[in-house]
Amino acid sequence: MKIAVCVSHVPDTAAKINIASDGKSIDQNGVTYVVNPYDEIAIEEALKTKEAFEGETVAISVGPESNKDSIKKALAMGIDSGVLLKHEGFIDSLGVARALADEIKTLDAKLVFFGKQSVDYDNSIVGQLTSELIGYNCVSVVVDFKLDGEKIICEREIEGGREIVETTLPAVITAQKGLNEPRYASLKGIMAAKKKTIEEKDAAAGENVVEVIKMKKPPVKQPGRILGEDATVVPELVKLLKEEAKVI
Amino acid sequence: MQKFEAIDYYDIGQHLTEEEIMVRNSVREFVEDQVIPVIEKHYQAGTFPMELVSKIGELGVFGLTLPAKYGCAEMNNVAYGLVMQELERGDSGVRSFASVQSGLVMYPIHTFGSDAQKENWLPKLAAGGKIGCFGLTEPDFGSNPGGMITRAEKVDGGYLINGAKMWITNGTIADVAVVWAKLDGVVKGFLVEKEFKGFEAPEMKGKHSLRASITSELIFQDVFVPEENILPNSGGLKSPLMCLNQARYGIAWGVVGSMMACFDTALKYANSRVQFSKPISAYQLTQQKFAYMVTEITKSQLLNLQLAKLKDQGKVKHTQISLAKRNNCEMALNIARMSREILGANGILDEYPVMRHAANLESVKTYEGTHEMHTLILGEDITGIPAYDN
Ligand SMILES: Cc1cc2nc3c(=O)[nH]c(=O)nc-3n(C[C@H](O)[C@H](O)[C@H](O)COP(=O)(O)OP(=O)(O)OC[C@H]3O[C@@H](n4cnc5c(N)ncnc54)[C@H](O)[C@@H]3O)c2cc1C
Repeated sequence: MKIAVCVSHVPDTAAKINIASDGKSIDQNGVTYVVNPYDEIAIEEALKTKEAFEGETVAISVGPESNKDSIKKALAMGIDSGVLLKHEGFIDSLGVARALADEIKTLDAKLVFFGKQSVDYDNSIVGQLTSELIGYNCVSVVVDFKLDGEKIICEREIEGGREIVETTLPAVITAQKGLNEPRYASLKGIMAAKKKTIEEKDAAAGENVVEVIKMKKPPVKQPGRILGEDATVVPELVKLLKEEAKVI
Repeated sequence: MQKFEAIDYYDIGQHLTEEEIMVRNSVREFVEDQVIPVIEKHYQAGTFPMELVSKIGELGVFGLTLPAKYGCAEMNNVAYGLVMQELERGDSGVRSFASVQSGLVMYPIHTFGSDAQKENWLPKLAAGGKIGCFGLTEPDFGSNPGGMITRAEKVDGGYLINGAKMWITNGTIADVAVVWAKLDGVVKGFLVEKEFKGFEAPEMKGKHSLRASITSELIFQDVFVPEENILPNSGGLKSPLMCLNQARYGIAWGVVGSMMACFDTALKYANSRVQFSKPISAYQLTQQKFAYMVTEITKSQLLNLQLAKLKDQGKVKHTQISLAKRNNCEMALNIARMSREILGANGILDEYPVMRHAANLESVKTYEGTHEMHTLILGEDITGIPAYDN
């Protein structure tokens, strides 16, 4: 069985983000990119599935040349090969999903892992859109995954608890923290990745349906104020929370 | 705490290959998740984090420049250096473990050992399934190991070893000790296995430095070592000194990790700690410290990269390694102490890594040749006149 894992290449969560002069994209200066952390969980699940059932794993990414770095990380972790679906400039979630759906059909991958969201735009939607476009079953926010023949049993996180669901292949699974502990790219894995191939083709993304009009930074947080240390300040605190902060 | 930011003021990263960057990042992540959360606890308790050994083995760190046929990554010396740097960013004790296993145990087995010894030991040591130590220093012979008292005597089917070693990293936890002893007046290497009769390795207690590392005595009383356990191609003091070159090279890189950790901690602290009207980073005396730190870190990084290139070209001289070991350890210690000052009282707490690094670096400055000995090695190379008796 062919197992695909879709990886996005996102700014390191520790990076200090500034808005570029066009006002609708981020300033790339000094920003380092990493594999989307949820996608690392997806990669690990793909590898574990392969180790348990055999099969072939492939990592797919949509974006510019630099996305290859994230594909390479996947290869170093143990994924067998990579596909870069090339696209420059802004692409919306539907565009990414169209490009991925097209490639997944070509590859005939029956099981596809995604991260539950990408930590750059945070739309939490690409996995679901892709499954819809190719008519696969989809289970999202998965914290436990079991495959038994054609049958899939997943635990997924829901508000205040967990839900156990059953579905069948072909399927898209989106990974949540807790599903597994992603392995590190080992030194031998990094050396082995040098011999693996990354195929490059143009992304069949179509037209964007979403346009970014403007990006804004969140308001700067004001430092807190200490009114005192004992109960006598409570009335003053309540008054300020009501009148100044307007939260109660 | 805020995430660690690795200083690279001169964009030296642009000289690294894709693989080297991946190796650095992978070990950096490992240290962040696996070493830093547990290290203070081990340091305070005076214990080594044994649970990390097989994980570091899985990562492929041990003997990473050795051939793939022994289960090693077969990478270059830049990768080796970067790995040491990242490990020591966590703790000098963890880096010491990896230095000893790689440079002082796997290297001599690979360089001086028989095929059978290599096939038996290297894969297990690479995976972290077996642990090694290196016994050269003796109670009365530190800077001048050539005077060693430990002796091997030829007997039927092997050798009898008598003597004692001191200050041996990993001694108590080692499955195999690479022991240097004089056989008919010539220094030879022996693989002494932990279960050999008459061999003991008690732990040395009471350290104020390198507390998350095991340091031991090795005691040999008529220890019979079979013929197949002598390192056949070792001979003379040159053999252990070749090993030390490997480890010293790793230290030159490793201590840059300590520098980066201390600098990053001090800068973040100074930017947020307000005294009088401003953050302490706004005062000239603090800025002077940071200017010094960034300058010295950058110089050490550049030194290391060129040293790595020379080593990969097979052109490196041991005196060049001495220069880097000597300089970088001294600068690391200066930077750790300055960082401690910037943190004020907080600098002595285990909530921050700086005091631990500062204390560790006292050992690092001393082992693998003291600062003074490297000064004399350079002095001799420059003037042609040895200042110590050979
Ligand atoms: C934590 C730790 C771990 C260690 N691990 C190992 C290990 O795994 N294996 C191993 O074999 N050894 C190990 N060592 C030993 C280490 O290599 C020695 O401590 C070191 O070589 C110095 O020897 P010494 O302590 O006997 O000092 P000495 O040689 O007694 O030196 C004392 C002082 O005198 C100075 N001095 C000596 N000779 C001269 C001279 N000619 N001119 C000027 N100054 C001089 C020295 O620089 C030093 O300042 C370790 C040490 C420590 C602290």
